[in-house]
Amino acid sequence: MELLLTLFLPLGASIVLLFVRRHRINFLKYFSLVVSLITFITSVFMLVKYDFSKANFQYFYEVTWIDQLDAGFRIGVDGISVLLVLLTTFISPITIVSSFSAIEKREKEYYILLLLLQFAMTGVFVALDLFLFYIFWELVLIPMYFIIGLWGGKNRIYASVKFFIYTVVGSLFMLVAIVWLGLYVGGNILNLSYGFTSNFIKIKETLDLHQIPFDIEKWLFLAFALSFCIKVPLFPLHTWLPDAHTEAPTPGSVILAGILLKLGTYGLIRFNLELFTFSSIYYAPYISVLAVIGIVYGALVSAVQTDVKRLVAFSSVSHLGFVVLGIFSITVEGMQGAIIQMVNHGLSTGMLFLAVGILYERRHTREIAEYGGIARVMPAFSVFFGIAMLASVGLPGLNGFVGEFLSLLGAFKSPVLNSYWFTIFAATGVIFAAVYLLTMFQKVVFGPLTNPANHNLKDINKREWLYLVPIVLLMFWIGLYPKFFLNYSEASVQKVVQKAYNYKLPTQTQIELSKYWNSKKSKLK
Amino acid sequence: MISYIYLVPLFPLVGFVALGLLGKFIKKEVIIGSIGNVSVFLSFLVSCFIFFEWISKGYEDPVVVTLFPWISTGEFDVNWAYQVDQLSITFSLIVTGVGFLIHLYSIGYMHGDRGFYRFFAYMNLFIFMMLNLVLANSFLVTFLGWEGVGLCSYLLIGFWYDRKFEGVRIQWTGDAANKAFIVNRIGDFGFLLAMFLLFVNFQTLNYSQINEFLSNSYSTLYNSTLITTITLLLFLGCTGKSAQIPLAVWLPDAMAGPTPVSALIHAATMVTSGIFLIARNATLFALAPNTLIVVAIVGTLTAFFAATIGIVQNDIKKVLAYSTVSQLGFMFAALGVGAFTAGVFHVMTHAFFKGLLFLAAGSVIHGMHEEQNIKRMGGLKNYMPKTYLTFFIATLAIAGIPFFSGFFSKDEILWKVFSSGNTILWIILVISAFFTAFYMYRLLMLVFFGKERFDIHHLHPHESPKIMTIPLQILALLSAIGGFVGIPYALGFWLGKHSNLFEHWLEPIFANANKVFVLSSVHRFHLPNQVHFEEYFLMVLSVVVALVGILLAAKFYSDEELSIPKKISTNFKSLYLLLYHKYRVDEIYFYFIVDPLIFISNKLLWKIVDSKIIDGIVNGSATFTVKISEILRRIQTGLAQNYALVMFFGTILFLLWVLVGF
Repeated sequence: MELLLTLFLPLGASIVLLFVRRHRINFLKYFSLVVSLITFITSVFMLVKYDFSKANFQYFYEVTWIDQLDAGFRIGVDGISVLLVLLTTFISPITIVSSFSAIEKREKEYYILLLLLQFAMTGVFVALDLFLFYIFWELVLIPMYFIIGLWGGKNRIYASVKFFIYTVVGSLFMLVAIVWLGLYVGGNILNLSYGFTSNFIKIKETLDLHQIPFDIEKWLFLAFALSFCIKVPLFPLHTWLPDAHTEAPTPGSVILAGILLKLGTYGLIRFNLELFTFSSIYYAPYISVLAVIGIVYGALVSAVQTDVKRLVAFSSVSHLGFVVLGIFSITVEGMQGAIIQMVNHGLSTGMLFLAVGILYERRHTREIAEYGGIARVMPAFSVFFGIAMLASVGLPGLNGFVGEFLSLLGAFKSPVLNSYWFTIFAATGVIFAAVYLLTMFQKVVFGPLTNPANHNLKDINKREWLYLVPIVLLMFWIGLYPKFFLNYSEASVQKVVQKAYNYKLPTQTQIELSKYWNSKKSKLK
Repeated sequence: MISYIYLVPLFPLVGFVALGLLGKFIKKEVIIGSIGNVSVFLSFLVSCFIFFEWISKGYEDPVVVTLFPWISTGEFDVNWAYQVDQLSITFSLIVTGVGFLIHLYSIGYMHGDRGFYRFFAYMNLFIFMMLNLVLANSFLVTFLGWEGVGLCSYLLIGFWYDRKFEGVRIQWTGDAANKAFIVNRIGDFGFLLAMFLLFVNFQTLNYSQINEFLSNSYSTLYNSTLITTITLLLFLGCTGKSAQIPLAVWLPDAMAGPTPVSALIHAATMVTSGIFLIARNATLFALAPNTLIVVAIVGTLTAFFAATIGIVQNDIKKVLAYSTVSQLGFMFAALGVGAFTAGVFHVMTHAFFKGLLFLAAGSVIHGMHEEQNIKRMGGLKNYMPKTYLTFFIATLAIAGIPFFSGFFSKDEILWKVFSSGNTILWIILVISAFFTAFYMYRLLMLVFFGKERFDIHHLHPHESPKIMTIPLQILALLSAIGGFVGIPYALGFWLGKHSNLFEHWLEPIFANANKVFVLSSVHRFHLPNQVHFEEYFLMVLSVVVALVGILLAAKFYSDEELSIPKKISTNFKSLYLLLYHKYRVDEIYFYFIVDPLIFISNKLLWKIVDSKIIDGIVNGSATFTVKISEILRRIQTGLAQNYALVMFFGTILFLLWVLVGF
C-alpha cells in the first residue's frame, strides 16, 4: 500500500491539476507541495516497515496486463531501490518549493509536468517488469524535455533536443535487448504459451540457473549498458549533460542531477549486474577505465569553467564516475559506496544547483567573475553554499566522504578489476575536486565586495531556509551515521556480489589473489 | 574517568555548535569569549584528570572507548572510538592546554572584530577536530580529524576574507586558504591510498589490531615492499599537513590568518599531526627502514632550507613560519633515525616556545597597529616590556640555550641523529641550528632593539592588555622550564634511572618499535642509561653553535645602518634573492604543474575533446541525418505520376524476381 501510494500520489495530483484554472497559482503551488510532502511521508512509512534483513523484493504488487507479452504491472522494492525512492520523494518537495520563485510563467503546465516526472522516476525505480520499466524509462523523458525546453535558459531548445535524442538513441538499443531477452527466456528456456515474458523476477530467477551463452549475453549487456551509461553519463557519452544542466531552470537541474542521473546507475545494478553477471565481470575493467577517465576528465574540465552552473554540471561527470567505479568493482564495499554516493550526489550537487539558483534569481547571471565577496552580504547563504561545497569535496563527517571512500576502497580491493591503478587515478579526483570547488567558492563568496551590483543582495529568505535545512541535516546524518542507510542495501548488495563470485571463471587471477591474501593472513597469524 | 574520554572532544564541539548557531545573536564579546574559552578549558581539565588517573592507577595498555559504529559494510567496519594511552594523553594535553591559552589571548586580540563569534566558533571546531585526530583508535577517525583540522585551517586562514595578501599568484587571503587546502589534499591522497593498502592487507584500520598483526610477524614484514609503500604514502600525507618538502609551500602563505590562528594551528598543534601519525604508527615505520631514511633526509633538508629562508625574510610572521617549517624538519629527522620520543618531546617544547613566539608577534602587531614588516619596527623593548621579555625567553628556548626547554629537546634530537651514525645529517642539522639561533636573534634585534624605524609621531606602540600578556607569561614559564621533564641521562644520572621522565612515560608506546630495531640488529643508539663522553662534547658544541649564532646576529644588527647585512646582500645578490624568493619553489610548481594542467584542461580537454570531437560527432550525426533526409525527401514529390511510374517498375522487378528467380 505504501509503495502504491508513493508511486501514484504524484500522478493523481498531476491529473487533478489538469482541472484547476491556471490563474489560481497559489493553489497550484501549494497543492503540488502538499501532495509531494504526503508522498514523502508515505515513503518514509515504507522505509520504516521495510525489513532490511532480507534481500528479496518487498511491497510486491502485481496485476496482469498484456497476457501475450506476459507483461504485468509488477512493482516492488529491494534495499537498493528503496533508498533511491526515498531520495526521489525527498528531493521532489524541495524542487517544488524552489520552483515557487524560479518559475514565473505557465505554472499550471509546469507543476503538472513536475508531478508527472516524479511519478515516472519513481516508476523506474520500482518497476519489476521489463515492459513496464521501459514505459517508465521513456516517460521520464517527456516532462524533462518540456521543462528544459519551456522554462530553460537562452540555449534551451538545443539543450532539450540534444538531451532527448541522446537518451532515446540509447533506449532504442535497450528496447531491442528487452525484446530479445523476453523471447529467449520466455520461449527458449521456459517455453511459455506465448513464447515471451517480461516478468523481471521470473527472468532473473531463470537466468540465475541458465546462463545465456556469453557471445549472446555480451550484446544484451552492451545494449543495456549503452542506454544506462548515456543516462549516467559515462565519459564519452556525457556531452548532453552540461548543456541540459546549464540550460534547465534551477528545479530542473536539481532533478536532473539529483535523481535522473541515478536512473542510469540504478539500471546498471538492477539489469546489467543482476541479469548479465558474467558479462559484467568481463566488461568491468573496460567500464571502470571509462569511469576513471570521467572522474579525472570531469574534474579537470570543471576547473576551467567560467559559468558556475556549467562547473557544477561537469562536476557531476566526475562524481558519477565514482559511482560507476564502485558498481563495477563488484564488491560489497564498492557497491554500497556507489549506492550511498548516488544519494549523496543527489543531495550535495542538488544543493549546489539550488545555491546557484538562489544567486541567479538575484543577479540573473551565472558568470563567476560577476560575483565575489558574497559572504559579506549573504552570510547565511554562504554557510549553506559552503556546506554543499564541502560535501561535494568529500570532507569526512559529511555525506560525500562515505560514498567516495567506500567506492574507492571497493575498487581497490576488487578481485574483478584486479589492479590498484583504477583507484590511484580515481583518487586524484579527490585532489581536483578540491581545486575546482574551492576556487569557485573563493571567487564567488570570498574576496572583496567590488561589483556594485552585489552590494544590495538579500540574504536567503524563510522559504529558502526551509528547503536548505533538511538537506543539510540529511548530509550530516549520512556523514556521521551512514550505517542507518547502508543497512538497507546491505543484504541486496551481498546477494548481487555473491552471484558474481559464484563465477570464478572470468579471472583466474581472482583465485590466485584470494590464495595470496589467505597465505598472507595466515602468515600474519 | 577514562571512559569519559569523549567529554574531551565533546566540550569544544558544544562550544562550536552553540557559537555557530547562536553567536550571531549574542552581542557581548564577553559572553562569546567565555563560551569559547570555557569549552576548551573544561576539555583541558578532563584531560588532566585522565592523565592523573592514568598515572595513579598505573595503566599500561591502551584503553579503547567505543562510542558508535561509523562506516560499516561488507568486511569494512570502523567504529567511532577513542584510544586512551600515553601518546594520546600527551597530545590532548598539549592541544587543550596550549589551545586554551591561545583562546584566552584571542579574546584580547580579536576584540572589536566583526567576526568575533565566527572566530571562536572556528577555533572550537578546530580543537574538536584536532582531538579527534589524536584520540582516534583507527586510521579513519584520525583521517576525519586530519581533514577537519584542514578545513578549520582553511576557514581561519581566509578568516578576513576581503583582505589582501601578497604571495605568488595570491591576491587575497582566500587564495592562501585555498592553497593550503589543496596542497594538503595532495598529501591526503597518499593517506587515502595508505589506508586502502592497510585494509586490503590487514582487514582492519584499527591501530591496535594492526599493531598486533605487526608484532606477530616482524620477520616476514620487515623491509617488505608492502610496508615500505604504506609508510611512504603515509609520509606523503605528513609532508602535506606538517609542511615538509615537497609540500611545504602552503605554510608561509597560511600566515594570512589572524595571528592566534598561526600560533595554534600553524605552529603548536595542527602542523605536528604528521609527527603524531608517525609516532602513532611507530612499529609500522620501524619495519620500513628505507622509509625512515627518507623521513630523516626530508626532515633534515627541510630543516636546513627553511632555516636559510628565514634569515632574509622581513615579515615578522613569515620568519616565524619558516622557523616552524624548519623545526618540524628537526622533528622528522628525529623520527627518521628512530628517536620517536625525541620527536614527540620536541613537539611539546615547540608548542610552548613557538606558540609563545607567535602570540608575542601578535602582541607586537597589535601594538604596532597591524604593522608586520620588521624593517619598520625597532626599539619596541621600551614600549612593550612584557612582550619583549617573553619573546626573549622564547628566543633563548628555540636557540637551545641551556636550560631552556628547547635545549633539552633539540639536543636530544641532535645526539640521537649523531649516535645513529648519520653524521652528514647531523652536520646539516647543526648548521640549521646555527641559522636558527641567528635568524631568531636577528628578529629579536630588529623588533625590540635599536632605534625606532617608524614614525613615532603618528604611531604609538603600546603594550597589550592583560588578557593577552598573561598567556604570554604562562607560555614563557613553560618555555623556560618545560624541558626539565626530559633531562637526558647524561645530565640527570644523579637523579636515578628515569631522569628522563618524558622518555619513561612514552616508553610503552614505542616498545614494539624499539623491539623491531633490536631484532633487525640495527642498534641505532648506544644503550640508554650510559654516559658517553661524546654526548657532553656534542652538547657543548651545540651550545657554542647557538651562542655564535646569537652573537653574530647581535653584532650584525646592533648597528643602526645595518651595514654588514647590506654589504652581504649586495655582494651575494643572486643568492640573497634566491633565498628571499624561497628558492622560487612556488614559481616552479606553477610553471611546471599548475599552468600545463590548466592549459590542457581548457584548450585540449574542453575546447577540443568535448566541444570539437565528441560534440562534433553528436552534432555531425544530427546534421548527417538532416542532409540524408533532404536528399530522400526529393523522392516524396507528391506527384501521382511519379509514384505510378515507380510502382510500375517495381512490379516488373518483383515479377522478374519471382519468375526468373535471380
